[in-house]
Order: sequence, then structure tokens, then C-alpha cells
Amino acid sequence: MESIGVLMVCPSSTYLEQELSKRFSLYKFWTFSDKTQFVKTHSNSIRAIVGAAAAGADAALIDSLPKLEIVASFSVGLDKVDLIKCKDKGIRVTNTPDVLTDDVADLAIGLILAVLRRLCECDRYVRSGKWKKGDFKLTTKFTGKTVGIIGLGRIGIGIAKRAEAFSCPISYYSRTEKPELKYKYYSNVLDLASNCDILVVACPLTAETHHIINREVIDALGPKGVLINIGRGPHVDEVELVSALLEGRLGGAGLDVFEHEPNVPEELFGLENVVLLPHVGSGTVETRKSMADIVIGNLEAHFLKKPLLTPVV
Amino acid sequence: MATDESQNLPKVIVFIKPPVFTLLGEHYFHSPIFQFLKAYESPLPLHQFLTTHAHSIQAILSSGGAPVTADILDKLPSVRLVVTTSAGLNQIDLPACRLRGVAVANAADVYSADVADLAVGLLIDVLRKISCADRYVRQGLWVTKGDYPLGYKLGGKRVGIVGLGSIGFEVAKRLEAFGCHISYNSRKKKPYASYPFYSNVHELAANSDALVICCALTDQTRHMINKEVLLALGKEGVIVNIGRGAIIDEKEMVQCLVQEEIRGAGLDVFENEPDVPQELFAMDNVVLSPHRAVFTPESFKDLAELVVGNLEAFFLNKPLLSLFGDE
Repeated sequence: MESIGVLMVCPSSTYLEQELSKRFSLYKFWTFSDKTQFVKTHSNSIRAIVGAAAAGADAALIDSLPKLEIVASFSVGLDKVDLIKCKDKGIRVTNTPDVLTDDVADLAIGLILAVLRRLCECDRYVRSGKWKKGDFKLTTKFTGKTVGIIGLGRIGIGIAKRAEAFSCPISYYSRTEKPELKYKYYSNVLDLASNCDILVVACPLTAETHHIINREVIDALGPKGVLINIGRGPHVDEVELVSALLEGRLGGAGLDVFEHEPNVPEELFGLENVVLLPHVGSGTVETRKSMADIVIGNLEAHFLKKPLLTPVV
Repeated sequence: MATDESQNLPKVIVFIKPPVFTLLGEHYFHSPIFQFLKAYESPLPLHQFLTTHAHSIQAILSSGGAPVTADILDKLPSVRLVVTTSAGLNQIDLPACRLRGVAVANAADVYSADVADLAVGLLIDVLRKISCADRYVRQGLWVTKGDYPLGYKLGGKRVGIVGLGSIGFEVAKRLEAFGCHISYNSRKKKPYASYPFYSNVHELAANSDALVICCALTDQTRHMINKEVLLALGKEGVIVNIGRGAIIDEKEMVQCLVQEEIRGAGLDVFENEPDVPQELFAMDNVVLSPHRAVFTPESFKDLAELVVGNLEAFFLNKPLLSLFGDE
């Protein structure tokens, strides 16, 4: 298979790069300063794209690679892949579901605890020597708080199960109601936000869910409410979020994703009621290896004409 | 003002101002049945204060930092009850209380949820490097240095709970939902718990990826987590302490962290609070918290209700709400 050209569109995992190199002719897109020239030169040998959360395959790229057969994403989210175009052209698309569900759900709860109980601020407090001068202030209890989840897929359900162990009542908004789960359903995000203490974004990013967290929703969540985003940055109107936090209209936020990663609004750096993470939702040694193995597995299956492991298109 | 109006109410002595009085508000502890006698507001040195008021004091409200010793009990022969603002009783001379027929009532399980929440928060923080990654972002390093190093998965980890009391049980219940495999060590096997039991903490450590310290500080548990236990926990092991600092041999733990004999630590308590070993400040694999696992308004309000409830029950000759009896 060594002659098969695979285009990796952004860095994601050195282990994945190594494994791809062993099996295919691997091209790392980000290492070419003249990408247009690269595509002109290699367009006939690229038969697969490996994407990730940061970059995928848009219409322009797909059109420029006539031999493209499969897009394998090192992520579960496929917002950076033009799925309609792929379907039209018969290009397969795979992602990495399930293996990262636990890590992302764990991080959502970790963010909730870090924001409500001010873990990062406390750690700074001790390291700066302030504890010698006085006790830390009161923080907010997590157990028993109402958790509202947007998107009750694998990750949303994982978050709900964990929050239940903290005796949190669970409510949610999803495209379809899931009565078998016995959580309280709201038919719109605004009502969900008005009726929960902690709002967690756990749905895919689509045209419909872009800026699903807007000024109205933020105001409904309120000065005691906390927003947790482990989805995609564009789920949240970031400008509105920043002004709400600065003005005290929102109680706090735990954010793993941002609209223009790796850029994070600097106005947030001085706030104690936010926790800012560099998109580490699936960022564990164990899970990243599992994800890479799935990408490799899908590519091998495709080129050996076997059934794909995790096809989406 | 209050003391003028209520000269005849039975008295409860308070040696130092409990943090909860400041952080929540003294008015939550007000009762028409008793009044507080605040030694810390008197210019008299403590022993003189005690001698002056000894005959009228029937109960003590104790918080950490003001131990109840045999000596103090001798100076207050009318005391029949000690109520603590803490769940922990390591600052109370329990045998001396027993000998003198002095009942002890603690905070029971009003704090258990909050403490368990913090234990879980610290464990996730250490494994997933939350506080560290937050620092990374705030320092602008995500832009200049790129992606953050990987953390470690919590799901599937073997977690050893040291002390399966009210707090330990709440920790176990929460971590089960994350897919952790729970086992424990306790003075006695708990009939209500189906988790695997290890009769000694060394064996528990050898079979765990993380240890969460939830037990009381007693003569038996002082420095129970020693070098051998930490080495048994191993290079990929993590320790979380929300019990008392002295349960861990702090010097040895610091050495193990420095020499990477264990992977990391999440600590809410230390041997000599508020002093924290300086070596920890340079480490990215530790998360430090200033002993405030119970510092939420919810916990403190529940505590106030319990303290007042216990004291009122005592003065009205009713059963105490949270009488401490050694299990």
C-alpha cells in the first residue's frame, strides 16, 4: 500500500503520523509553504485525507483531488468535512466515535467542578503564598445542581450519567426527545437555559447549531449560571460570552473550545470564574492512541476492500 | 447586646472564632435556647477566662485550631457536651471525653457530598491537568508553543479508597459513574459495600492506580501512607488527600514526587497548614487546595443547622442529632 498517497491536513498525533508513514506515502499539508503548488503536483496520487478537529476537507480541497476516495477524521466531530460533497462524489468518511466519549464526558465534569469549586484559582492561591495570609472564600456546591445538556448523543448521555452520581437532576434539549431516558426534555434551548444551573454544550456543530449559545440564552442562564462548552467553539457567540462574563450577566464558564483556536479572548485571562483549556477533550495518552488506531484501521479496511470500522458517509 | 438580654441562658464556650462564623455569618448560629461565650473576644488570657466562667459552661463549640484537651476539660468540670464544626475529631481528646462522661457531636455527614465532590475534582484535575492547562492558556502558550501535552484517562482506573465512611462512600459512588473500579481499606469491612476489601493499605496501593484518602486522623492512621505504600502505588499512581495532612508522610510524598516514584497528587490538606512544601510549587503534576473542601454556603448552612440542633437538643434534654459513637 506504500504507493497510496495520504494527505494529513493538520498535525494531530505523532503516533498517527508514524503509523501512517509505515503504510502509505504520507504528505503533511502544513509543511508545504505553497499549498496550491503541492496540490498541482500531487493531486493524482492523493487517495485519502486524514483530518482532525482543526481541519478537514472542504469543497475546494475535495474538488482539487480527483483521486480522493476516503476522508478519515481523527475526531468524532465532522464539522470541518463537507459531508454533502463527499456523498455526491461517493467519497467515504469515517470518524472516531465511542473511544473518546468517556474522556470528553470526564472533562465536562472536571470543568464543572473546576469552575464551581474554583480549583484553578485555589491552586494559584496556594502557590502564590496567599493561604498564609487567610482562608479562601466560599465556593459553590455541585452536588444537587440542575444540569442542562444540549445534545443527548453518546457524549451527552455520558455527561448525564456522571452528573447523576452527584445527585444532579438532568434536563436536556436535543433534536428528538428520548423518553426512554427519563430526563426532563425541553423543546428549545432558551427554556432549557432558564431552568438549569449548569448548561453543557454536547451536540455536533452544524448550520443549525452555530451560535446556539447566543446573548438570549446566556441571559437566560443568568448571573448564577455556568456554561460548559466541550463541543465546538462556534457553538457559542464568543463576543457575547465575553461581554456577559465581564459584565457579570453570566456566573461562570468552563471552555475547552473556542471560535478561533488557538486564540482565546484575552479579556478572559483575568477572570477567576472561568476555566480555559486548550481543546484537550480527548487528550489522553490512552484515547489518542485508540483514535489513531481507528483512523489506520479505517484506511486499511478501505484499501483492502473490507467493511469500514466507523463509516459516517 | 445579645449578652445583656440573655444573661440567664445556658452558655456554650467558643475558644477561637470558627471560620464558618466569618464566612457564613454568626446569625445562622443564633438560638433562643443558649448563648455563646466567646473567649476570643475577652482580653483575659484563656486560663483566666476559663477559671472565671468555669461554673457556668456546660458545652463547648470546637473548631480546628482550638483543641479540646484533658486539661481544658478539667478546667471546665460542668461541661457535658463538645460540639465540633468539623467532621474530623483529631483535635478532640476522645478518651478524655469518654472518661469524664462528656458527649461529642460532630458534623456527621453534612459535608460528605462537598468533600467527595472536591476529591473527584482533584483527581480529574491531576489526571487531565486542568489547572496546569488553564495556566498554559492564560500564559499565551497555546499560541506560541502549540498543543498541550496529553493527560491520562480516568475511566477504567483502579481507585483505592482509604476509609470507607460517609465521605469515602460518596467518593466511591461518584467514581463508579466514571467507569472506575473501586476497592477500599477500612478498619473493618463494611457490610453495605460490595467493593473488594483489602485489609491493609499497602496491598490496596499495590492494586490501585489512584488512592483517595478519606479516613480520620488517629494514632493508627498517622503517617499510614508512608514510603512503602507510595512505592507500592507506583510510578503511574496518583494520590488524592481530602482527609488530614498527617495521614501521609509528607516529606516522603514530596520525595516520591520529586523522584517521579508516583505520577501526581491532589491535596486539600497538609501536615502544617497553611505551610505547604515549597518543592510542590514547581510541579505541574500536583494540584493544591487550601483546605476548603467544605467551604460552600450550602455545607455551612447545613452545618449551622446541625450545630444549633445539637446544642438545643442538649439543653432541652432531648437526644443529640449527631452523637459521635466509635464504630
